[in-house]
Parts: sequence; structure tokens; C-alpha cells
Amino acid sequence: MTTKNSSAAPAKRVEDKRPGFFMDLLRRLILEKPLGTFGLGVIIIFFAAGIFSKFIMPFGYQQIHLLERLQGPSAKYLLGTDELGRDELSRLIYGARISMEVGLGATFLNVLVSILIGATSGFLGGKTDMIVQRFVDVWMSIPGFVILLTVMTILPRNLIVMILVLGITGGIGGARLVRSAVIAIKSNIYISASDAIGCSPMRILLVHIIPNIMPTLIIMFTLGIGGNILAEAGLSFLGFGLPPGIPSWGVLINSSQAYLQTDPQLALWPGLALSLSVYGINMFGDSIRDLLDPRLRGGVGRYSLSDKKLNQLKQSLAGKVVKTN
Amino acid sequence: MGAYAIRRLLWIPVTVILTTMIVFLLVRFIPGNIVDIIEAQMAANGGGTIDRAAIMHLLGLDVPVYVQYARWVSGIVVHGSFGTSLRSSQPITPMLLQRIPLTFELGFMALIIGLLIAIPVGVYSAIRQDTVTDYILRSISILLISVPSFWLGTMIVLYPSIWWHWAPPMEFIPFFTNPLGNLGMMIIPALVLGSQSTGSTMRMTRTMMLETLRQDYIRTAWSKGLSERVVVIRHAMKNALIPVVTLVGGQIPSLVGGAVIIEQIFNLPGMGRLMIDALNGRDYPIISAINLIMATVVIANNLFIDLTYGWLDPRIHYQ
Repeated sequence: MTTKNSSAAPAKRVEDKRPGFFMDLLRRLILEKPLGTFGLGVIIIFFAAGIFSKFIMPFGYQQIHLLERLQGPSAKYLLGTDELGRDELSRLIYGARISMEVGLGATFLNVLVSILIGATSGFLGGKTDMIVQRFVDVWMSIPGFVILLTVMTILPRNLIVMILVLGITGGIGGARLVRSAVIAIKSNIYISASDAIGCSPMRILLVHIIPNIMPTLIIMFTLGIGGNILAEAGLSFLGFGLPPGIPSWGVLINSSQAYLQTDPQLALWPGLALSLSVYGINMFGDSIRDLLDPRLRGGVGRYSLSDKKLNQLKQSLAGKVVKTN
Repeated sequence: MGAYAIRRLLWIPVTVILTTMIVFLLVRFIPGNIVDIIEAQMAANGGGTIDRAAIMHLLGLDVPVYVQYARWVSGIVVHGSFGTSLRSSQPITPMLLQRIPLTFELGFMALIIGLLIAIPVGVYSAIRQDTVTDYILRSISILLISVPSFWLGTMIVLYPSIWWHWAPPMEFIPFFTNPLGNLGMMIIPALVLGSQSTGSTMRMTRTMMLETLRQDYIRTAWSKGLSERVVVIRHAMKNALIPVVTLVGGQIPSLVGGAVIIEQIFNLPGMGRLMIDALNGRDYPIISAINLIMATVVIANNLFIDLTYGWLDPRIHYQ
């Protein structure tokens, strides 16, 4: 805090150093949430595998060694080979890249579509809101997986289509959440003040509303990545997802089906990779939600602040309480 | 409460009609049509020609889409029949009646077992927040959400057969023939199906309990000197579980979808299997019928949830 000493030479002003939003979040994550930090570690490994896959893979993911097919783990092929003699480890690493692309791309599209539908619907209100909400309700009535199956039967199978389909269908569901967050923000006075000084609705949306629903959006994003990765894997497993040429983990499990009795490990590794990655992502997302959700803070008594925190709070307040009377 | 319920009920027919139109249309965009498949099969079997026009007429595919739709709807409304399968020419309704109970039994078991596990775990996790037990239970619940159910099912079917030469029973045991045998067969698929929703419910229960326990009335109860058991069970739990009921209801659509995969893996003759076969065979009437049933179940479920939420939460009563 700044102190001014008028008797001596002017003291150096120490600017109030406030860490940025994300740095503060990171700091709190590491200090308070060991499980979340573990999740972050898993995510970093997962993303590193995805981004640097070309450098890490011992062999090409499509490289066939027909003489050495269906081998178990060995010194040359660390996780064995598949039915066409391709190195399982390389395919697994490339699968991380695919899952990362689908997960991030689809979830980003999710948030975008949810904002598009939910924020405009909530902001405009009235008849538009009602009609749009009805459509969202009808959409949510049909089980998501069934929609995905039906749609993927119609469309060509590749990565872009997968991302688009998962992104748009998932986004419509999230519109509800965004809408309720927007409605909660809309009642604030600064919104009507902005309107009064002549801000266009677009400006109010972009500059005032969306930054204030950031916690909701962040939570939606981090928790949605795992869901999209699993959805793609499930679709690929049934044969309705990515084509066999692309070694996503779901596709790997699918193509291992024919060889399960003799080489069960072909189904084991992709599944373990899926479970571990989604586990890390969800751990991280869960901890982020604990940190950002305003409803989980506060409260007194046994069920909220730990004793250590209570003491710290008392000590920091001790010097500042001014006794009146 | 009355006006709310009536308005809600009025929307149901509209929602159902819109849903039927969407599923009907969606399916007809799938490239390839049953006649193409028949032709391909005949070519594979050694040739021969077919009269496309005659078959199309026989199957009712030569009229415009809206006429097909009208015929389908009137079939359901007037005759109570879902039409006949394009592939086997068997009436669809008996087929469905035979398979639906299985899928429902599977889903129901998954739901009940899930709740029986999730709620106690969630409550305990909340009242002992940040202890080691809480961390372990939270990790388990997130693990349950993260493990894909189709992989879990595959592993469960696979490894016991490799290690112990155990195989899942080939022949399905209906419930009324042998209740215990039937339950024994269904319990593992039900557990696998319910695994993700159990994990989800655990987390939700924990979050809702945490939120409720910070309320002022809990502080009052605590300061009155009530034992922890009374505070948690009599005061906190009932209030915390109201949103959980809503959210569990929201999981039913994904249970319906998940049943499709689980039936495939565990070889159970339910609705989900029928759906996948029909999608691959472009058997439109079956696809539309199953989509309609699934959508109706979900709509009815949503309605039920909305109404019971109003009934459970006294604060909504007095509006």
C-alpha cells in the first residue's frame, strides 16, 4: 500500500502490484487444489504429445511393417504392433493429436454457438427469446447421441465435419446456461447506463456482458473438452465417427475388435489413454470451477473456511480494526 | 402452479409434432436407399434385375415426403401401428413391444443403482470436505465420468474371458422366466451404463450439499446444538437434493443413448441394437419409430421433472 511521509523526502511509491486474472487463477490452483494441479500436469503432457507428435513418434503412424504384425511390446515397438504391422505407440501419440484437435476445436465452437444463441436470446428477451428457447427445448428432447448417429450417417466422414457436428450440436445445449448467465447480468445498472449513453447493443454484448460471464464460459469450456473427446471416441467406436484411416483413439478401439481374443492390448492402450487424458482434463476443470464459482465461497462456521484460513484472516484484520468508543 | 402446469402441458403436443417432423426428415437425407442396398446384394449374389419402380411403390417410397409423413402419422394415430419394416416386411409394433422392456429395464437398473451409490457418497464427500476421503471419492467420481463406457464394457467382457475363460451368456433370459438369472445378466451392463451418470450425480450432490450447508438456516440449526446427523439429513439433504432430482432427470436422455452402445457390447436384444441395424440398413420406418419413442420418453421425462420440481420446492408453490 502507498505511504506518504511528508516530513522526509517523498518515499518511493510502490505501485499496487495486482496479478492478472489468469496468473492469479493459476497461483490459487497450485496452492489450493492438488488434484487440479495434477490434472494440469496431465493436460500438459497430453498437449505436448499432440503438438510435438511428429517429433516424438518413433515411426510414421501409417507405416506398415507387414512382416511384424500383431506383435506384443518389444524393444523396437514399445507397445507392439497392430494388425497391419503399424507401431501402436506412434498411432497412440498421433491419436492424442487428433483428440486434442477435436476436443479443442469442437469445444471452442460449442462456446461460440452457445454465446450466439444464448446471449442474443437472453439479451433480446421477449418473443425472440421465447421462440428460440422452444427450439432449444425440442432439440434437447432428442437424445444427443441419437442425433449424432443420425447426422453422421448422412455426412462425409472427416475431421472437419466431426468438429463442426460436435461443435454445433453441443453448442445448442449450452445455450441455456449462457442465457441464464446473461439474464443474471442484464439486470445490473451498468448495463442500462451503457444503453442510456448510447452504446449499441452489439457493443454492450461484447464489451460489458460477455466479459462478465467469463467464469461461466471458462467452466463450460474446460468441462466440455472431455465430453467432446469421449463423444468422438464413442462415435468412432460404433463406426459412425472418423474413418479408419485416421487413428483417433476411438477408431483404434474399433479396429481392435476383430483381434480381441488374441491381442487384447490393442484395445487396452487407446482406452487407457482416453481415460487418463479425459480424467486429467476433468480434474482440472473441476478445480477451476471450484475456484471460479462464486456460490461456493463464503459462509461461516464449520463447513467453510478451514481453521488455518480463519486465523490468517483474523491476523490480517487485527491491525486494521479501528475501535470506536 | 396450476397455470404453469397447464401452459407446460399445452406445449407438449407442439414439441412432439416438431420432433416427429425433424426425425422423419433427417432420416431421408441419408444417402443411399433400401433399393440401392437390395440391388447391391443381388449383384453380390450373382446378378438378376429388379423392377425399381415396383419395389419403390410396394414400399411406399415413390410418393413425396409429406405424403409419406402423413401416412406414417395417420398410421400411428388411427391404427396404433408403426408400419412395417422395409427389410423384413414384418410389422414394427410387435418388434418394438418385444424389445422396449429390455432397454427400459437396463436404463431403470442403471438409474437406481447409480442413485443408491451416488447420493450417500456425494453427501459424505460434502460434509467431510477437503479431507483425504473427500479427495479419494472425488477422484473416483471424476474417474467414472472420464472412462468411456463402451471401453469399460469391452474390457469387462474381454479380460475375464481371457483370464478365467468366462463368457457372457449367449441366450437372453427374460425376466419372467427367471428373475434372478435375468438380474444376474443385466447387472453388469447396468453398472457399466450407469457409470458415467453415477459419477456425475456424485459430483452434483456434493456441490449442492456444499452450497446448502453454507446457508443461514444451517448455521441456525448448528448453533441450536443439533447433532451433525440431524442437521445434514433432516435439514440440508432434503433441500440440496431438489436440483439433483432435476439434473438426474436430465441424464435420462444420455442413458437412452448409452444403452445403444451397451446393448451392442453385451449382446442384449434391446431397442438400441435394432436402431443400429436399422440405420445401417436404411430401414426408415424403424428408425423413425425408435426416434419417436426415444423423443417421447425424453419429453415425458422432462415434463415429469418440471412438475415434480414445482411440487418438491415449496418456494415455487406460493408464486
